[in-house]
Amino acid sequence: MVGAAHKDFALIVILGVVLILGLPLMVDTHVLTLLIAYGMLALSLGLIWGFGGVLCFGQAAFFGLGAYTFAVAGINFNESTLPLILAVLVPAGFALVLGALMFYGRLGDVYLAVITLVVSLILFRWINSTAGPDYTIGAARLGGFNGIPGFPILNVPGRPDLMIWGETLYFVAAVSLLIVFLLVTWLLRSSFGRIAVGIRENEERVSLLGFDIRARKTVLFAIGAAIAGLAGAFYATWAEVVTPTLFSLQQSAEIIIWCIVGGLGTRFGPILGAGVLAYLKFALGQQNMIDNMFVLGLVLVLFVLFLPRGLAPELARGWHWITGARRKPTRRNHAPRAEVSNG
Amino acid sequence: MAETVLETEGLTMRFGGVVAVDNVSLKLKARELRCLIGPNGAGKSTCFKCLCGLLTPTEGRVFLRGEETTGWEPHQIASLGVGIKMQVSSVMDGLSVHENIWMAARRFNDTDAARRKADEVIERLALGAITRAELGRLAHGERQRVELGIVLAADPWLVLLDEPAAGMTGEEVERMGDVIREMTSTAAVVIVEHDMQFIRSLASTVTVFHRGRVLMEDHVDRVMADPVVRDVYLGKQA
Repeated sequence: MVGAAHKDFALIVILGVVLILGLPLMVDTHVLTLLIAYGMLALSLGLIWGFGGVLCFGQAAFFGLGAYTFAVAGINFNESTLPLILAVLVPAGFALVLGALMFYGRLGDVYLAVITLVVSLILFRWINSTAGPDYTIGAARLGGFNGIPGFPILNVPGRPDLMIWGETLYFVAAVSLLIVFLLVTWLLRSSFGRIAVGIRENEERVSLLGFDIRARKTVLFAIGAAIAGLAGAFYATWAEVVTPTLFSLQQSAEIIIWCIVGGLGTRFGPILGAGVLAYLKFALGQQNMIDNMFVLGLVLVLFVLFLPRGLAPELARGWHWITGARRKPTRRNHAPRAEVSNG
Repeated sequence: MAETVLETEGLTMRFGGVVAVDNVSLKLKARELRCLIGPNGAGKSTCFKCLCGLLTPTEGRVFLRGEETTGWEPHQIASLGVGIKMQVSSVMDGLSVHENIWMAARRFNDTDAARRKADEVIERLALGAITRAELGRLAHGERQRVELGIVLAADPWLVLLDEPAAGMTGEEVERMGDVIREMTSTAAVVIVEHDMQFIRSLASTVTVFHRGRVLMEDHVDRVMADPVVRDVYLGKQA
């Protein structure tokens, strides 16, 4: 078991490094950095929805919260190391409180989706209404609809004069995503992760085993928010401006579509979905013939109809098919039949 | 004398105007095997749900090993060392047999000890051939057996089973009976059951429910011979 884990981790690192070095040959690093921020955001929802069964309709709220925290704290501290940490902790703390209210209140899945949606709408409306000098946090003006421009971008820890941008930012963001991916992999291999999957499969059964599912779901929800917050910070330092649209309904909907198209219940799927669809949106944004939301909707419908498991599982299947069938699936198919014939 | 592991005091559960469980007082000794029987709607399952925390009784109290657990959450009750199996087979469908049983063992063991425990339970229940199979693909009887494994893996001192033999073949029921008898060497077992033949084979003390109340409580043979119980089961006025 331990050996297999090491092999998995090594494989992820090797593939990750190859992708990090190889992608800039095909796509501009400026665009790639944005795709990485979106990929991280998609991974955050992929974790809590695909593995924890918590469908959050307002994952953009944590993304926006992370971005705003990064901007506001940056203006106040005039450097970005502490703001980066806060951009992870503030959304996580917010999610911990929100999650505790929802899960301890025993809300059903539908209500959970509605509440997370409403919370992100409230944040959107509120941030939109903060124009004028009255709305400040420390030295930072929230700026209403115009958002916050001109905050310090990411810098080398302890050296506010050494900014990280351009190609360097791409590598920092990409390595961060790789590290987050490894941490998620580790989490899913741990008892906490395995029990989270059990909760996704059958909540009542897991609680009857003696596990406190409310506490576990709250913690998982907060972990997802922390990752979304980090993604928000990378977005902020990339865009060099944060605006209320980060909290928008469209943003939340896109995250869900990324997860579905990429493959729910996989770690790589949501990242892939975000990368492909956000790049598609970027490419479509350069012409005026078709509205890109229309294309996004069409892609979603086609996937739900024809590839409901998403891109990643189908790619994996294709890979297995090319490299020759593995032993594992056949063994799975035979075992139950053998048992039945025994009586 | 063995200690009392389960006791209810005037347990009452009302749903609006319906009294599903009416002033039920049960007492169970350690390693005792007890069957709860009665016609449909007699209150067995409601009583069962009150015991395992899925319902909070309107009145009355529940004690487990002397500790009052009325109004506790199901996970708190399970954490005491109570193994629970619901009426509808409830397992983690997308996961393997081993993962299901591992998770049950994990509550009281660390990761590695839980794995060993799961291996042991799988061997004991002869599930070896399907360890890696997904639960969703298994036949009903196999799923029931896995669920029994989930209960066993936690090493409970009290086991609550809601209709464990429902929908099983004769041979499977027999095997289930063996497992349950084996359980009573370490745990008290409460079974809600319809299958009279199965109950007779277990030869335990039986509590008969009728309209939410306890009608009688005696050994299965004497209960079966009782004319009132027969009437209740045939639907006549008791």
